[in-house]
Amino acid sequence: MEALKMVESFIWLIPVFPALGFIINGLFGTRFSRQTVGRIACGSVFLSFLVSLLSFITLLAMPAAERILHCRCFEWIKVGNVSVDIAFLIDPLSSVMTLVVTVVGFLIHVYSIGYMAHDRSVARFFTYMNLFTFMMLLLVTGDNILLMFVGWEGVGLCSYLLIGFWYLDHANNDAGKKAFVVNRIGDFGFLIGIFTLFWSLGKVSGGTIWTLNFADLAANIHCLKDITLNQALGIAHFGLGPVSVLTFVGICFFIGATGKSAQIPLYVWLPDAMAGPTPVSALIHAATMVTAGVYMIARLNFLYTLSPTALTVVAFVAGVTAFMAATIGLAQNDIKRVLAYSTVSQLGYMFLALGAAAYSAGIFHLMTHAFFKACLFLGAGSVIHAMSNKQDMREMGGLKKWMPVTHWTMLASTIAIAGWPLTSGFFSKDEILWKIFESHSVNMWHLVPWALGIAGAFMTAFYMFRLMVMTFYGECRADQEIQAHLHESPGVMIWPLRILGSLALVGGFVGVPYALGHFIHFPNLFEEWLAPVMGGLLYKAHVIVPVTAHAVDHAAAGHHHIAASEYLLMLLSIAIALLGSYLSYYLYTRRQEVIERFVRTFSTLHRWVYNKYYVDELYELVIVQGVKWLMRKLAWFDFHIVDGLVNFSGRVLVWFSTISGSVDYHGVDGAVRGISDQTIRLGALVKLIQSGRVQYYLMIAMGVLVVFVLFFQLGG
Amino acid sequence: MITLHSYLIISAILFLLGLFAVLCRRNAIAVLMGIELIINASGLNLIAFNTFVKQSSLTHALSGQIFSIFIIILAAAEAAVALAIILSIYHHFRKIDVMDLEQLKY
Repeated sequence: MEALKMVESFIWLIPVFPALGFIINGLFGTRFSRQTVGRIACGSVFLSFLVSLLSFITLLAMPAAERILHCRCFEWIKVGNVSVDIAFLIDPLSSVMTLVVTVVGFLIHVYSIGYMAHDRSVARFFTYMNLFTFMMLLLVTGDNILLMFVGWEGVGLCSYLLIGFWYLDHANNDAGKKAFVVNRIGDFGFLIGIFTLFWSLGKVSGGTIWTLNFADLAANIHCLKDITLNQALGIAHFGLGPVSVLTFVGICFFIGATGKSAQIPLYVWLPDAMAGPTPVSALIHAATMVTAGVYMIARLNFLYTLSPTALTVVAFVAGVTAFMAATIGLAQNDIKRVLAYSTVSQLGYMFLALGAAAYSAGIFHLMTHAFFKACLFLGAGSVIHAMSNKQDMREMGGLKKWMPVTHWTMLASTIAIAGWPLTSGFFSKDEILWKIFESHSVNMWHLVPWALGIAGAFMTAFYMFRLMVMTFYGECRADQEIQAHLHESPGVMIWPLRILGSLALVGGFVGVPYALGHFIHFPNLFEEWLAPVMGGLLYKAHVIVPVTAHAVDHAAAGHHHIAASEYLLMLLSIAIALLGSYLSYYLYTRRQEVIERFVRTFSTLHRWVYNKYYVDELYELVIVQGVKWLMRKLAWFDFHIVDGLVNFSGRVLVWFSTISGSVDYHGVDGAVRGISDQTIRLGALVKLIQSGRVQYYLMIAMGVLVVFVLFFQLGG
Repeated sequence: MITLHSYLIISAILFLLGLFAVLCRRNAIAVLMGIELIINASGLNLIAFNTFVKQSSLTHALSGQIFSIFIIILAAAEAAVALAIILSIYHHFRKIDVMDLEQLKY
């Protein structure tokens, strides 16, 4: 036990190993061979995985109410009331996250060795990937909001760097910039949330509690329970004043999450981000970075539980996003775009769970999604590789016979995402839908997101099987030349697919819901694992308002009451999943003409959906052009008025100096010259005396003599 | 009565006439003649003072007259030198107009 406790002082290695890989590959990567660079990168993530595993095992050996490993490295900021340390926290929630990030990250790093084998900038790629892994691990292990924000920003940076990896094509750079800028807009909300939270807690507690770390926040959040924004900030009349502080902060943080995790209205960067290499899409835009928002809200569960309004906002935005993204995914032809919109939609499901205060269900779906979505993206990369970098599904077809392993792993992930029974996706998605349905007993409106979620689930199954059919079944529609090059990917790319595909199938058994598991006394391991973090047990948070009836049951650590509606809902989910899958398979293999007629009949609707509801165009028009208009006005102001003032003051200065100069030249110098001139003139006069003639001299002498004589005679 | 004043006036008039000749004549010989007049006027002055003013015990009774003989000798010497200078000037300028002698002009 003591030996395991020693692990606590080493948990900082979890983010640090990939950081080392980043530094080594960054400084010396170009001198190493490809294999070495790849090995260093994968090795560092693997080492990080080992430490994560070790800390997970350590936590297992501890009693549930004490499962915290905390390592304070050093003091970071100490200014006024702000005191923040570099410190890492491993509790059940962050251990789940670190395991997901390191396992999926490791597999994707290995896959990248194969995928990027012919790229000229391998060292730069793995440097950025390691940097990303470091930042992501910093995000999930940080023990305070600021450290989490550092990781938050860092993954945004890496996303930009990796999306624009092939920077010679300007479209990639634009996509990278779009990702970063849209992210930044969300981050503004995040920052407002941090500031408000910090300030309110400090003021309301009478100037005693100034903290940003999660443990202290959880323990003290109840101080802010019924405080309005007016009271917290101490301002008399403020537009949003009567809003509760916690609701405001919760919504601000959620705005940050919409940016990072691609929800409405800030999801527009994710489809464009597919311009980056496929392993990047798999790692960053499917498994890890986009889940940062989900983690953040789960981490701050104590705050959201106290603000049902914020939760409702989250649930609604999530539901609409899940539905809308699924509709767009139905009509896309680029294989990566379908997966991108699918990611946006699935993230919507995660947030849907969070909106129902079912935080562990959201994290569960995060984990299962990481498995099957990473597998799908890596498989898509395999397909693109084989298709000589073609991504349009209309040119694919029948690839099953050339790429069997890719096909079977992608099929496994597809049935997982569709929600076929007993797959991981089934357990997690069903849990979410049940929780959001059940929460309508507290808030009637929650039925709307639930309905959107059900519809979205049907569409998910449909578009995923559409993808499978168009890519792997039927006749091959590719050119002869491309067909000649079709091949299965090498081992280094196949094995990650196999592992992830298997996890997609069996990974869900850690989260079997109580309703099913209690028959064989098999508990919901996942929910029990996370319960101390979510129920406030671990951090002594005062959970006063249970949002759902289930929450009360969770706190009591025992579910004895199972509603019949849960089983009905489960059957509904299964029915929808199977129906959607089969309908899509049937229509796209045997009845393509039905599809074509449908598209022709509803051509306007199809055009709207295909063009993503023209949201990008709307943003371009309103926001981009709006900002540019403002910029032109401000530029006019700067150019004419500000610069005008500067130029004017310059001219005044010149004018002054001209006057001063002329005073100096004419006045001062003139006086000097004048004196010399007069002296010369006087001399010119006086010199006439010297005529050279003796008689004149004598005359003058006589004259002076006369004067003297007169003077002495008359005056004396 | 013929007093001291009469002789002094005569010598002053002679002096002034000589001064006039020095200052206002162009011919160098005339200037010389003027100088002679001035010198002789001063000699006359001396004789006059010798005659009319009682000498003290420290000076000789005829010191004025002796002085005037010195003056005449000096005048003769100085006239010889001046005439030599004028001869030099004539060699150079071929005239003896004093207006020409302005080399030391500004």
